[in-house]
Amino acid sequence: MKKPLIALATVLALAGCSTPAPASAPTDAPADTLRGTITVFAAASLSDSFRAIADAFTEQHPGVDVVFNFGGSSGLATQIVEEAPADVFAAASPATMTTVTDAALTDGEPVTFATNVLEIAVASGNPGGITGLADFADADKTLALCAAEVPCGAAAAKLFESAGITPSVDTYEQDVKAVLTKVELGEVDAGIVYVTDVRSAGDAIEGIEVDSAPVSYPIATLSGSTNPVAAHAFVDFVLSDAGQGILRAAGFGAP
Amino acid sequence: MSLAASLAVTARGVSLDLVVEQGRTLALLGPNGAGKSTVLGALAGLVDYTGTVRVGDRSLDGVEPEHRRVGYLFQDYLLFPHLSVLENVAFGPRAQGTGKIASRASAGEWLERLGIAELAARRSQQLSGGQQQRVALARALASEPELLLLDEPLAALDVEIRDEVRSELAEHIHDWGGLTIVVTHSFDDVTALAADVIVLEKGAATQRGSVRELIAEPATSYVRKLVASWSED
Amino acid sequence: MPAGVAVALLVLPLVALIIRAPWTQLPALLAEPTVVQALGLSLATASISTLVCLVLGVPLALVLAGSAQWPAVPRRLLRALITVPLVLPPVVGGVALLLLLGRRGIIGQWLPFTIPFTPAAVVIAQVFVSMPFLVIAVEGALRASDSRFEVAAATLGASRFTILRRITLPLVAPGIASGALLCFTRSLGEFGATITFAGSFPGTTQTLPISTYLLLQTDPNAAIALSLVLMVVSVAVLVSLRDRWVPGVLA
Repeated sequence: MKKPLIALATVLALAGCSTPAPASAPTDAPADTLRGTITVFAAASLSDSFRAIADAFTEQHPGVDVVFNFGGSSGLATQIVEEAPADVFAAASPATMTTVTDAALTDGEPVTFATNVLEIAVASGNPGGITGLADFADADKTLALCAAEVPCGAAAAKLFESAGITPSVDTYEQDVKAVLTKVELGEVDAGIVYVTDVRSAGDAIEGIEVDSAPVSYPIATLSGSTNPVAAHAFVDFVLSDAGQGILRAAGFGAP
Repeated sequence: MSLAASLAVTARGVSLDLVVEQGRTLALLGPNGAGKSTVLGALAGLVDYTGTVRVGDRSLDGVEPEHRRVGYLFQDYLLFPHLSVLENVAFGPRAQGTGKIASRASAGEWLERLGIAELAARRSQQLSGGQQQRVALARALASEPELLLLDEPLAALDVEIRDEVRSELAEHIHDWGGLTIVVTHSFDDVTALAADVIVLEKGAATQRGSVRELIAEPATSYVRKLVASWSED
Repeated sequence: MPAGVAVALLVLPLVALIIRAPWTQLPALLAEPTVVQALGLSLATASISTLVCLVLGVPLALVLAGSAQWPAVPRRLLRALITVPLVLPPVVGGVALLLLLGRRGIIGQWLPFTIPFTPAAVVIAQVFVSMPFLVIAVEGALRASDSRFEVAAATLGASRFTILRRITLPLVAPGIASGALLCFTRSLGEFGATITFAGSFPGTTQTLPISTYLLLQTDPNAAIALSLVLMVVSVAVLVSLRDRWVPGVLA
């Protein structure tokens, strides 16, 4: 009898932890009096940059705790629509942000804070001998794309359409990381991912530039926020020179 | 043909010499834990032993159970629950390479001989204890053993039906006429089923002879008590 | 009380799925060629995986059940290794399969053909995750069954192979059947190892759970509908086969 009760208590305690603490700061307080926790839902491709941004942000506002939930943008949007407790949403595509604005859950209009472009990812040394997008029409090469249902896949589909190439694809992966894993392990000769993904993958992956239209990354505070002051401050920080510097270093383009 | 065995199972402290003649069933009589079942297990090749076991001029030493031609009637009969009565009895001939149809035919004959032909289609779960015993006997005999071992063949049955089943069993064994050993701790079984007796106590024989000799001159207090309570009935 | 909480925890999410299902769109969704294709692929690969599990898993269960006389260390090690796929995140299992059988894998690099991105890879991934269910179910049944029936069969002149075929396996048939069912339903729902090892290509390797997951990104309603299909298929298989096979054998 004891064990199930303890387990239940643990579950309840964990559930309690994820609820943001109520904001106690008055609305017009100076920045350094910001208090409490903000929960930021951000696209997986932002994880490295946003952690760095949060470090810089909390240095200025030591009273604030930034908690992240990184994941696929569409999944995060679904969670927000299902009323997951979140204060800020940073998406990897305008389309996923639209899911949230359509549900009238943003506090004000979303702002574009970064752009990203696609690149061909190959394993270091380029063992498949990939030279450009044209190789994707070659049935003898093994190639991975993101599935059309996720932003990187939708962007890739657009890329091939505008280049007039019909790619011969072997697998449509569920996200960028899965494409990179397949490339890194040598299972595929190449994949299409964002330049920032190539950058953060390190030495194992090399990028080949392609001519692609940039996708914009929108950010917004959410109307359900229990700490709107700190949430707005965080969004402002992302848009500030300090935040933009970190994003630029990771390979993101200017809005 | 006769059985001659001189065997020891040192791990269980059992050591015994025995001879069985055709037509003279031997009873191994003794209290629980005396080693009776161990002796049967050794004869059937289910328990490792040292010594020799011969049936006629054939040595069974080192022979696998399935090649010894030693039939075994287990105390709780162990009828295969997933097979019908007929399939149970046909199992032995079938396993020894007889065709399916011929095996079933011979199984049917055995059921006929034991007077249980009408049970052929039943499952063991649908049989009474006495019926199970007869099916188990038919199954053991259908595999054409040269030596038949009966381990407490009546112990699993209700007291009320024991006498009847016992006398029928005696009849069937007599009709069959092969080498037979019955293990029991009941003197009723001895008098009804056996001609000769070996009394086994603590792994060793304490008395041997015909049933009549045993009744006339019990050698140990265990036998004296058994005989006394038997003659009171 | 804890039993009630357990039932609620297991059943209520499924109830939610049923309540939120877009019932009116359902017929149209299920007629979609991509859905039909994914369902067909899932049923076919899960069936083959179950057969493979039976052919390989039953002998393994026999070895495991007979391992009582082994020294403790190899016996426990074997047992632990067999249960690893149960606790391993399936995605990690998929990566492990790639490292072994992938194009650059330890074995894969020597093969004259490539396994990933083929239906064969789907089957391998499913077998990897679902085999332990079969082995554990069959081994449990073997341990619970009375080995004296085998002794009785031996005294009737049956060889080891005959005993295995006519006594041991029929006696554990209920265990084998339920193991195979678990295997089939686990294979049907397999996602992580499959998408990692076999990838996802419509008609070749994109099974129903994978298309469900991908649809969740764009069309949650459709994804719920597909989940419902998976659920109905699993429940139907479990209910119908359980009643027909399992109690009948030893009744």
